[in-house]
Amino acid sequence: MTPEIKRVANVILLMFLALFVAASAMQVVNADSLNNDSRNQRAVYDGYKTERGSILVNNKPIAESIKTNDAYHYLRQYTGEQYSAITGFYSLYQGRTGLENFLDSSLRGDNSAQFFEQLNALFSGNPVTGASVELSIDEKVQQVAWDALGNKKGAVIAIEPSTGRILALVSKPGFDPNLLSTHNTSDASANYKKLLTDKGAPLINRAIGGGLYAPGSVFKLVVASAAFESGLYTPQSLLPNPRTYTLPGTSTQITNSGESSCGGAKTVSIATALKLSCNIPFAQLGIALGQEAIAKQAKEFGFGESITIPLKSTASVYPENMDDAQTGLSSFGQFDVRVSPLQMVMVSAAIANAGVEMKPYLVDQIFTSNLTLLEEAKPTELRRSITTSTAERIKQMMVAAVSSGVSSNAQIPGIKVAGKTGTAENGVGQPYTLWFTGFAPADNPQVAVAVVIEDGGGMGQSGRGNTLAAPIAKKVMQAVLQK
Amino acid sequence: MASRVRVMPKKRNLELFMLLFGFGLYAFELAQVQLATIFILRPDAWFFWSLPVVAAFAFHIVLRLRASDADPLILPITFLLNSLGIVMIYRLDLVKSVSAIDKSVGERQVIWSVVAIVLAALVLFVVKSHLSFRRYIYISMALGVVLLILPLLPVIGKTVSGAHLWVNLGPLSFQPGELAKIALTIFFAGYLSSRREALAVVGRKTLGLRIPPARELGPIVFIWLASLAVLVLQRDLGTSLLYFGLFLVLIYVATGRVFYVLVGLVMFIAGALVASRLMSYVGGRLDGWLDPLNDANYAAVGGSYQIVQSMFGLAHGGLFGTGLGGGLPSIVPLAQSDFIISAIGEELGLVGLFAVLAMYMVLVSRALRIANAHADDFSKLLAVGLGFVIALQCFIVIGGVLRVVPLTGLTTPWLAAGGSSLVANWIIVALLLRLSDTLPKAGAVSE
Repeated sequence: MTPEIKRVANVILLMFLALFVAASAMQVVNADSLNNDSRNQRAVYDGYKTERGSILVNNKPIAESIKTNDAYHYLRQYTGEQYSAITGFYSLYQGRTGLENFLDSSLRGDNSAQFFEQLNALFSGNPVTGASVELSIDEKVQQVAWDALGNKKGAVIAIEPSTGRILALVSKPGFDPNLLSTHNTSDASANYKKLLTDKGAPLINRAIGGGLYAPGSVFKLVVASAAFESGLYTPQSLLPNPRTYTLPGTSTQITNSGESSCGGAKTVSIATALKLSCNIPFAQLGIALGQEAIAKQAKEFGFGESITIPLKSTASVYPENMDDAQTGLSSFGQFDVRVSPLQMVMVSAAIANAGVEMKPYLVDQIFTSNLTLLEEAKPTELRRSITTSTAERIKQMMVAAVSSGVSSNAQIPGIKVAGKTGTAENGVGQPYTLWFTGFAPADNPQVAVAVVIEDGGGMGQSGRGNTLAAPIAKKVMQAVLQK
Repeated sequence: MASRVRVMPKKRNLELFMLLFGFGLYAFELAQVQLATIFILRPDAWFFWSLPVVAAFAFHIVLRLRASDADPLILPITFLLNSLGIVMIYRLDLVKSVSAIDKSVGERQVIWSVVAIVLAALVLFVVKSHLSFRRYIYISMALGVVLLILPLLPVIGKTVSGAHLWVNLGPLSFQPGELAKIALTIFFAGYLSSRREALAVVGRKTLGLRIPPARELGPIVFIWLASLAVLVLQRDLGTSLLYFGLFLVLIYVATGRVFYVLVGLVMFIAGALVASRLMSYVGGRLDGWLDPLNDANYAAVGGSYQIVQSMFGLAHGGLFGTGLGGGLPSIVPLAQSDFIISAIGEELGLVGLFAVLAMYMVLVSRALRIANAHADDFSKLLAVGLGFVIALQCFIVIGGVLRVVPLTGLTTPWLAAGGSSLVANWIIVALLLRLSDTLPKAGAVSE
């Protein structure tokens, strides 16, 4: 029996070897990725041991760690609801979201840039203090955007077209992150449950696409861009202008918004059609261009791509494999076209910036507790979305849309504003989605903005982009220009 | 026995020396835990320390009197494991919230440890030679089967998290499956030692393999069916795997025929696969094993939440651990029983976990050495069986926590909270000590 016992001993050795290997894998090899998992509460507990860095706007903290006497040493405190879409929350049992999540390693001092400080901490025993983050957000613009949106559901995002700096990012309804950062865990989980089930879905960041919206007429900017980029069209190109139009291959009749005549003539120029936001000419333009050309243009504006600002955006969608009728509908932003406000402000900013799309970003600087600069944002070009001449043509059309067209409520006295409104349908009986996107001043753009309002702004199917969204955009742009 | 000349009990002195070291370490661990979690030394540490220490010391005296030539490593190692288990369980009690229902698991573990050690001492007193077990092998079988069936009976049967493993006896609940493993090891060893010739030699050759006649295969089929019955009726893959694996190893050691192992493994895997198709909870366990970090598996009821929390804990511990009382093992559900190893891994680190595994390995290797040193088949098989049952149980439960195998519901020997497990494993200790004391030649087990 001795050789058999020896073999059994070998099998046992192998079994234990497997345990040794598995334990090493879990505790050493994969430890980093497990420790960084956002579901891992231990990282949170550990995180509370060090003083987490602040998130600052105009040098004032909107999220900071306050010393406490309980087991967690520090309590995360927030200024209130208006920054909730940006900061997200930092909680014991519900994990972390927003910048608290995406900038976690910097905030808790674990960034590789703080290597020497970490080394020092290892030997001195003094914990590393987390790095602080200065945002590109402008306190005043953010406040104006927050107030202007009132109690409507929706989002506002404003960026600097030449750099991509995000000046305001608002999603409503917001939430008070203090409700979740509290160390009273039963309160926190009750609050979390309430926020999760709240009909207003306050935990969704509408500005970067927690869900996407039908763009309606603001998508005409993309279609017009595709038309000019094709070289076949100019703003003066004439399109057929019937009062009603039957989509090819169907019996579906479409009309212009409010059944307008779109100038009343037999034909209408692309410039006029955009200024008056007529659906019928754009449906026909889209079908003539073909979905490939529009898809290509949409992609060049960033559709189909998720970006990190460093919050992670949802990619906007231009549908594939459509028939002509669907291409027609999608050409005025209906059917299955879905966009985020971030995507629409990027379109406006690219037009404003002579066709060059800059990467939007939220973080200006990251610095240590003793004010050593760790990282500084450098504006980066994403791509050239359209030629300079196309950008100029679209801009002129958008200026006309505000000064003498259907986007008139964005007018600012003494300043040339470029803009486009949208009023997207969401199915029979459903309230509209209201849009405005644009920039100002048109000749020297300082700010591009996108506003979206859900549920027709509480007015069902009678709210319009121009009546509800444009005035909000106007206030935000004014706030930037009056600085 | 009486004929053997007793010399100075060197082995017992070595044992005492190591045991005293274990007592000191235990005191240090208890103090560390109190200081780290409640920041003061409380007198109840005295209770936690003194009872197991007195019991273990008394057991050592019993060994001096009744088995002075027994292996000197087994008792100190078992004590180290048992006391480390009490420390972790007590430590988890200390951080339980005010509203927790049961905050005295540690105290009960102390009492059960004492009971188990006393019972083990009684076994040493009563059993003068393990060879007397050979007369009771069929009684052992009957006892083992009855113990296995008990939890399925009405009134006394009790279901805990889906598995029917418990028996209610008034205020006490008991897991008879733990004791059954001893009875069945005795039965297997006895049965196989008397049948090994027949099983090994007889049979015709087919395709290069010597197939034994059906009559001799009967017991394998019977054990296979019994294991599957445990799996299906008690919904406990771990126990069923434990018994079947034990049987396969013993039949292999008895006959030297790999054929039995292959056939047995194929039969077991086939049976387990069919069972997993029929029982939804097994499928969920498998998903949680293969891809625990997947959001859907994590959120699923009975999904991977628990193992993921344990993975987080182990990763948190890293190489050197957080120190006793410095980690957050209470986040893992069932940290005091099924997941005690993850609590140890978190607070003592990979280093501590390796130390615990090494202790089990030494213990198992002692059992195998004892098996090698014995001349008769029954003793050999009994020692291999007892050693292997420890090894396999560690592999199944610790491997479950470390994701080597799917998670099942066995206890970690000597560490996990639970009276039945302590009693059964301390009796195994007594049997191994008795086996090592009755080696044919003094000194055959070299140190």
